[in-house]
Amino acid sequence: MDRRESLKSLLIGGVAGASLGVSSCKPNESNTEAQSTVNDGGGYGRTPSEMEHDRRVMAEEYLTEHELATIAVLCDIILPATETAGSATDAEVPVFIDFIVKDLPYQKLPMRGGIMWLDAESRKRYDRSFVDLNDAQQIAIVDDIAYPDPDGERPEMGPGIKFFSLMRNLTLTGYYTTKMGFDDLGYAGNRPNLWDGVPEDVLAEHDVDYDPEWIAKCINHDTREEVAQWDDDGNLLN
Amino acid sequence: MQIIESPKVYDAIVVGSGAGGGMAANILSENGLKVAVVEAGPFFDPKDPATMTQLKNPWESPRRGASTKRAFGDFDMSWGDWEVDGEPYTTAEGTSFKWWRARMLGGRTNHWGRISLRFGPTDFKHKDVDGLGENWPISYDEIKPYYDRLDKMIGVFGTKEGRYNDPDGFFLPPPKPRLHELYYIKGARKAGVPVIPSRLSILTKRINTERGVCFYCSQCNRSCNAYADFSAGSCLIFPAQNSGGQIDLYTNCMVKNVTTDDEGLATGVSYINKEDRQEYQLRGKTVVLGASACSSARILLNSKSKQHPNGLGNSSDHVGRYLHDSTGAGISAFVPSLMDRKVYNEDGVGGMHVYSPWWGDNSKLDFPRGYHIEVWGGMGMPAYGFGYNVDAMNKYIGGEVGGYGTKLRKDVKRFYGAVMGMAGRGEAVARYDNRCEIDPDTVDQWGIPVLRFDYRWSDYERLQAKHMIETFQEITHSMGGIVLGDPPGADRDYGLAAPGEIIHEVGTTRMGDDPRSSVTNKYQQLHDAKNVYIVDAGPFVSQADKNCTWTIMALSMRASEHIVSELKKMNI
Repeated sequence: MDRRESLKSLLIGGVAGASLGVSSCKPNESNTEAQSTVNDGGGYGRTPSEMEHDRRVMAEEYLTEHELATIAVLCDIILPATETAGSATDAEVPVFIDFIVKDLPYQKLPMRGGIMWLDAESRKRYDRSFVDLNDAQQIAIVDDIAYPDPDGERPEMGPGIKFFSLMRNLTLTGYYTTKMGFDDLGYAGNRPNLWDGVPEDVLAEHDVDYDPEWIAKCINHDTREEVAQWDDDGNLLN
Repeated sequence: MQIIESPKVYDAIVVGSGAGGGMAANILSENGLKVAVVEAGPFFDPKDPATMTQLKNPWESPRRGASTKRAFGDFDMSWGDWEVDGEPYTTAEGTSFKWWRARMLGGRTNHWGRISLRFGPTDFKHKDVDGLGENWPISYDEIKPYYDRLDKMIGVFGTKEGRYNDPDGFFLPPPKPRLHELYYIKGARKAGVPVIPSRLSILTKRINTERGVCFYCSQCNRSCNAYADFSAGSCLIFPAQNSGGQIDLYTNCMVKNVTTDDEGLATGVSYINKEDRQEYQLRGKTVVLGASACSSARILLNSKSKQHPNGLGNSSDHVGRYLHDSTGAGISAFVPSLMDRKVYNEDGVGGMHVYSPWWGDNSKLDFPRGYHIEVWGGMGMPAYGFGYNVDAMNKYIGGEVGGYGTKLRKDVKRFYGAVMGMAGRGEAVARYDNRCEIDPDTVDQWGIPVLRFDYRWSDYERLQAKHMIETFQEITHSMGGIVLGDPPGADRDYGLAAPGEIIHEVGTTRMGDDPRSSVTNKYQQLHDAKNVYIVDAGPFVSQADKNCTWTIMALSMRASEHIVSELKKMNI
């Protein structure tokens, strides 16, 4: 399977087996009856029309193999592997970029044009496309476009600076919205738990504290399963 | 095309299944009435795994939650937003209005912020204070018993604070503030702005044995599969069905008009079945409109007959008028001392744990009505857009802007959780000229004439937004933060959101004692047809500096019990 095919199969796998059922307009005497007519949601709670949109976007071919290869090189310059975390391509960021420029089509042209600009700059300097340069040559170009130019000292780099900024944004988003990115960030949410306030050591580190009067009114999780009862004045009894 | 009539006669046909319609369906069926609920979108149950987005990870979406298909992102549980395929609306030249329409059982309650604030005594009689707008024909004391029952029935956390115009209720205990909220408390108090625990309809504690208790994933906008937050399906309609209530749900059915007889009374509704595109009629002794303020106005205006030549309930020419949305403006702030944070799970409940109710004295200010402040921030779940602001923040701290590699990776972590924000939600003054009406030239894909909006802000709202922005800047500075971006000035109306963007539109069928200047009486019964009631935010005379949902429900409860009582007395 070539790179393009493997990308495609990764994307299409997500919606395989989607059905097109919709709920009925007849009166539903019970909830369960209606539920049985609902679609499978494409794995992330989609409606039938949203699944159709996904299928259409995934079926479209936009970025070429060369463009995706260029994106892969740039992604890994932006986020190379570390001792503890994988690289952007390890996190399949190019797959995300391949999808998102089709899903948000206003990004198509900046992506395609940016890659053309990069290749033109590479050929001007080294007579080769960007992906065919050695590491030092690639970094030499990247160093000219990875930083803004507020004083206009590198006016001819303008399109490249703009393109690299787009690549950096999409790479960061694509990376940190994966399991690998969550782990690198240390993200600890999106799971059932009981929030019981800011940890003591964090409070101490920041110059803030809990007002005892305020905290006294807050939920004591030991009582969460007891059905609430109030007196006539709205004072909670349990 | 033949209209297909149903032989069954319902005691009540409820149009719409959100806060107002859901409450009506619950109260009416619990009182033994045979109820039809007609909803323009599909069936939805928050615990259905096929449609559930709660606890999904961003990588389960190929676009990582971007807003391509849903205005608030892939995982937000609203089907339908400011745009609905095949159901357009228009605006008068030179004006702007954004009209949110949920198309699903439970309506907008499946994704809303659960901010559940009672209106206060002043809110019902604000004309007495400043001479603007109109007083409600009811007082806080008349509605208080319904708010009290609502608190116990649905559940809302908060604290007793004894503030006159922010009445206390029957509260569950609130969650403790998060770190950025402690910063906000400190900054706001320094700026003379009070802060109290927020009041959200989320169960921090059990209120019955049917619904679950919050497990702190902060995703109420995804609609809770444990039914621990308020949604109209899970908390009003399903419980009523489960306890034997006779409710027939007609989903994917778009009501076109109310049908009337020779005496001008309602006989039922006509609707389009979205699946076979045929028109059907349902018969009912009463019709209860809870389709949302503007949708109910549209249905009334499209219900013309010999007896109601100007549209049903519109002999006063007031249907669609006095439309008003909450005002909104906000800022984002970067707080350098929140950099390099220890990372832990601080999800909490869906939404803010603290907020600021209106504190000002408008007699000393250059705008007449108040606003409350909502706070956001923290170490949220990464989604599409994460990492886009690294350069901006480096600029503020004098760090190296741009770059790649290990340095970039470190920057992402340094800035994670260091951005927060404040948003004002304020009261606009209801005006006769701000309205929606039928666009004579345009129909939707169901052949139903659509609404045209004609809405303009006045200086009352612009100056209020100016005050918001100035206050947020002051609070930001007081907590050692930096406002991100240039604060909007007069050229941008101080960041005032376009009408409709805050999704609190009310007032289109306002209540009153005088049939010449109002659409319904104080029980939300049409002056012109006594067996038609409106239970959404249409009958609101004014919006207050609160959110409208809790008041929609308290009033819908009251109107529904009025229906039961009037049916018993054979008055309708």
